Amino acid sequence: MKYRLNIACQTSALSGLRSFIQQALVGVAFNDNEKHQVTLAVEEVCANLIIHSHGCNPQESIQLEIIDSAEKLIFEISDQGKAFNILNYKSPDLKEVMLEKRKGGLGIILVKKIMDEIEFESENGTNTCRLIKWFQS
Amino acid sequence: MLRIEKTTENHSEILSLFGEVDASNSVILDEAIQELVDGGSKSILIDGKNLEYISSAGLGVFMSYLEDFQENGISMKICNLVPRVFEVFKILGLDQLIPIYRDRAAAFAD
Repeated sequence: MKYRLNIACQTSALSGLRSFIQQALVGVAFNDNEKHQVTLAVEEVCANLIIHSHGCNPQESIQLEIIDSAEKLIFEISDQGKAFNILNYKSPDLKEVMLEKRKGGLGIILVKKIMDEIEFESENGTNTCRLIKWFQS
Repeated sequence: MLRIEKTTENHSEILSLFGEVDASNSVILDEAIQELVDGGSKSILIDGKNLEYISSAGLGVFMSYLEDFQENGISMKICNLVPRVFEVFKILGLDQLIPIYRDRAAAFAD
């Protein structure tokens, strides 16, 4: 099964994104906790792109595709903004976040802890971040 | 949607959160806490009974106050988190930095 959503680059689109993911995950073999966490991870990546790569410009958009295969769930997030390779980003230490009173950086820690695999590629002006969660056998 | 109710109980200012906190509305949470600090509050309890979702934007708000609160002797506790939201605090290790209690009574007793 495949699901596709176009997301306008504004933070008010995030609640619609969550509803869309929850709907797509209805028949998927994850428990509620896992569904909650993958939804959060996808939102974190999208929120980062909306805010940092697209400056919250609602004229721009990012694309989400959810691919539900037998053994894993793939969330493919594509955009045409400034490339942000999550794999090259060093997650800050929690204490660092606290001492520097940074309100950012936590999202990437969450994404890396929640997802089993993260892939990133940038080609012909399109950046694709793939978040993969395996079904437990 | 996020709604915050402010009440007082047991010499603590209580912020009850209703709905979802994400990057679109975390500033509301930030302002609510800042308002208590500006008003001289020394004991803040966040009640998450009706908090259905919180992203890093909301968690970052709590984090950003921790050091100041430590320096200024302000206590911030969280209680009543639903299990899936509590899990997110645990994934980040925030449960080691912010005292989290099962319910209000447990928070007041400590």
